[in-house]
Amino acid sequence: MPLWPRLRRLYHEHEYARSEHDTTNEWLYPSRNCIWQQRLISKELLIFEVGTPRRTGVDFPALKGTKSRLGGMERTSEIGLPGLTEPEVMRHYVRLSQKNYAIDLGVYPLGSCTMKHNPRLNEKMARLPGFADIHPLQSENTVQGALELIDELADWICKLTGMPAVAMSPKAGAHGEMCGMMAIRAALDAKGADHKRRVLVPESAHGTNPATAVQCGFSIDSIPATDDGRVDMAALKAKLGDDVAGIMLTNPNTCGLFERDIIEIAELIHGVGGYFYCDGANFNALVGRVRPGDLGIDAMHLNLHKTFSTPHGGGGPGSGPTVLSDALSPYAPVPYVVKSNGTYRLVEDADSGDSFGRMTAFHGQMGMFTRALSYMLSHGSDGLKQATEDAVLNANYVQASLSDVMSPAFGGVCMHEALFDDSFLKGTGVETLDFAKAMIDEGYHPMTMYFPLVVHGAMLIEPTESESKAELDRFIDVMRGLALKAKSGEVDMFKQAPIYAPMRRLDETQAARKPVLRWRVPTTD
Amino acid sequence: MRYLPLNNNDRAAMLDVVGVKSIDGLFEDVPEAARLDSLIDVPLHKTESEVDGHLTALAAKNRAAGAGPFFIGAGAYRHHIPATVDHLIQRSEFLTAYTPYQPEISQGTLQVLFEFQTQVAMLTGMDVANASMYDGSTACGEAVLMACRVKRRKKVFVASGVHPHYTAVCKNTSQYQNIDLRVADCAPNCDAGILNGLDKDTAAIIVQSPNVFGEVIDLAPYAEAAHEVGALLIAVFTEPVALGAIKSPGEMGADIVVGEGQSLGVGLNYGGPYVGLFAVAQKLVRQMPGRVCGETVDANGERGYVLTLSTREQHIRREKATSNICTNSGLCTVAFSIHMSLLGEAGLRTLATLNHEKACQLADALGAIDGVELVTESFFNEFTLRLTKPAKDVVEAMVAKNVLGGLPAARLMDGQDDLLIVCATETNSDADINAFVAALTEALS
Repeated sequence: MPLWPRLRRLYHEHEYARSEHDTTNEWLYPSRNCIWQQRLISKELLIFEVGTPRRTGVDFPALKGTKSRLGGMERTSEIGLPGLTEPEVMRHYVRLSQKNYAIDLGVYPLGSCTMKHNPRLNEKMARLPGFADIHPLQSENTVQGALELIDELADWICKLTGMPAVAMSPKAGAHGEMCGMMAIRAALDAKGADHKRRVLVPESAHGTNPATAVQCGFSIDSIPATDDGRVDMAALKAKLGDDVAGIMLTNPNTCGLFERDIIEIAELIHGVGGYFYCDGANFNALVGRVRPGDLGIDAMHLNLHKTFSTPHGGGGPGSGPTVLSDALSPYAPVPYVVKSNGTYRLVEDADSGDSFGRMTAFHGQMGMFTRALSYMLSHGSDGLKQATEDAVLNANYVQASLSDVMSPAFGGVCMHEALFDDSFLKGTGVETLDFAKAMIDEGYHPMTMYFPLVVHGAMLIEPTESESKAELDRFIDVMRGLALKAKSGEVDMFKQAPIYAPMRRLDETQAARKPVLRWRVPTTD
Repeated sequence: MRYLPLNNNDRAAMLDVVGVKSIDGLFEDVPEAARLDSLIDVPLHKTESEVDGHLTALAAKNRAAGAGPFFIGAGAYRHHIPATVDHLIQRSEFLTAYTPYQPEISQGTLQVLFEFQTQVAMLTGMDVANASMYDGSTACGEAVLMACRVKRRKKVFVASGVHPHYTAVCKNTSQYQNIDLRVADCAPNCDAGILNGLDKDTAAIIVQSPNVFGEVIDLAPYAEAAHEVGALLIAVFTEPVALGAIKSPGEMGADIVVGEGQSLGVGLNYGGPYVGLFAVAQKLVRQMPGRVCGETVDANGERGYVLTLSTREQHIRREKATSNICTNSGLCTVAFSIHMSLLGEAGLRTLATLNHEKACQLADALGAIDGVELVTESFFNEFTLRLTKPAKDVVEAMVAKNVLGGLPAARLMDGQDDLLIVCATETNSDADINAFVAALTEALS
């Protein structure tokens, strides 16, 4: 296998990008500027094919030869882990990094994911030894600053959401959902309401909602959406009953729309003795403009890694603090921080009160708390509100600018994300997937595809507040160009895409059918 | 505001295109009763240096582990992390990417995950591993659910010595699924009496080694007893460096191995984010929770990687998913994997031996103090002492001398007030150990 880095010299293949556009605008040849051409894309071997178990990139002091006290459990077998020296490690991971797209490289319009700018101040703050180098079980009097930070962040969260309490320990969004649903389950159990086991979940919900409810011992009852993308109130009312434990509703919903009837929904659910879980994944549309507490909710998780910009890190770590109403807060998980006489202390024992239990070994994602508080302090009440407004404006600008060539799924204004269906591609032979892959060749990460499920061939675009108008104008030009190309019959280009990315389309079917989930020493047969 | 690129001219022009008069026009779906007409009562925006000052002042109120003698473990361990690790995970392309849903432009993250999975499988002596969980404790909770799914049984035993917070998470995770969790009393040198309770309704037994007291446990008898009744052995560890010195759980017959990976690449972070490791035998792969990365080829036949087996996951299976988990510990897996690549087998073994030697040195030094009894015979880098005074008071007295001298067992469990759990790693110097000995001697006198 050649190791030589190969530069993809593909400029001559760009002719297609020139047609149909105003040729005075440089950005109408987006592929020329596509980030993938500016890189050396190398085939990078696996560490197992480069390193050896005897090599190491770490120097150690000499061993003393102490007699082992491992109780006869010494490891005698080979582990096989390859080692690399420091320069080899540096090259391997820098080369690999160059095969990734990232928010720092360009628009990352993944709907429902809130890919906004990650301020580097937040990274610096999280690395202060006073936060990064403290142990979760140190004496409380040696970590007063950490407890104060958690308390200060909790105060911001309560004020921004208009809720009386927050559980800080959930490790990510789905973990926060579990926190909220467990609090609901514990509250029902405390009342002896063991007949209340049905949870209403709109069809457009994130998959984590039904999966979480089932883990908490509930059954799921789906509510359909209306033609305007919101909860069908008639269907909801028809499903109400004494056995309803609650509802899990995302707001703004996954179609990017505010649930206009949300206050009435809360009243209806409370009317049958149920609780209202609000999925807070889309809180970026509301911060500073709407407080979920004013909508009648009982629980909602926040994704600090979305709304409050702790980085996504290629899939985590997240952080999912969960706000709770007065009705649910007695059941909050341990540990939590309390303040008395100017001193902070941790309540760690679940047996002493009504707490439903412990969700994780320690106190939650401290590293994310530091980043999120740094983000909140930087923005302030004014900046947070402005960020929300800009996020909603950017999404509406994209929707309005593309509505004549693409097909918005619903009429009217949207919140922080714009949802399109695939009807504009009807008869072209181009599908949502092809359209997404063609965006890669134009230097963009695709939007969220095929979600929510209630819209055919869904394309969910969330630009966030981090994009300038100029950046959005370029993005819109590219999207328009692609839509027109699809309609003009250039199917082949879409089906081949991506051709400028580090890899062509990958065979996901083969990966699932014959899973190869690890490297093994090659056999010689 | 330094993070917001739009200016008022942009906003006006964009509102024009949208066709609304003011920004309020975009929020008309919000019920009037819920529209805020003033700013929320939190401070206004701050400059970068103001925020820096505020948070630096908070950080200064904490006693960083590196600011003096430090000997706490019990689920989180202080090791030296090579500078290369933190530099690399701050690359924009790793730091600011999303979950690799578009594999053509996510091969960096995906290949690291494939390498990570292989490293975890090798380390634990198992066939395959997933792309990480939130942390060791939540991985342990998921293992309980998985074992009950696989075995279609509802009883799970927790052996003595499993970290009580892990047990608490298992209880919590399984409490609404009619799972019968039988927990042995947590005490040092506990025998394997719990094995007598295993029966044909048992889905699994959970055993930790080294356990919360630092004891190294032979898992083989537990595996044998579990397999005899058709149950699974879930092996737990909180210190991955130990696996450079002791037999892997896979070698001793574990079916599911879960652990905390924080020691490698991640740092203490006051408890999070950490990285949960989850490895299983090949035959259990399709019941494993969490994301998994697999090898495949692209349209040109070149080797590449994708997230796979997603039909187990919530975004496809919804209420029938193996777990509700979505986010994993992405960037922490990168850090773990880089640190492990730097170490390699030779480095890991040396690091493990260094830790063990430090712990032996510390155990000898502390064990010689009047009023101290070493209760852990075999250990790796952590052991338990019985003191003649309540450990909590002793620890507080040592804090006053700027020595963070271990963890009172009572913080984790009831009825062990005289036990102190102590950890030594390669980061502890001889001077640290001398300071600890002096502080403990004084506190006990």
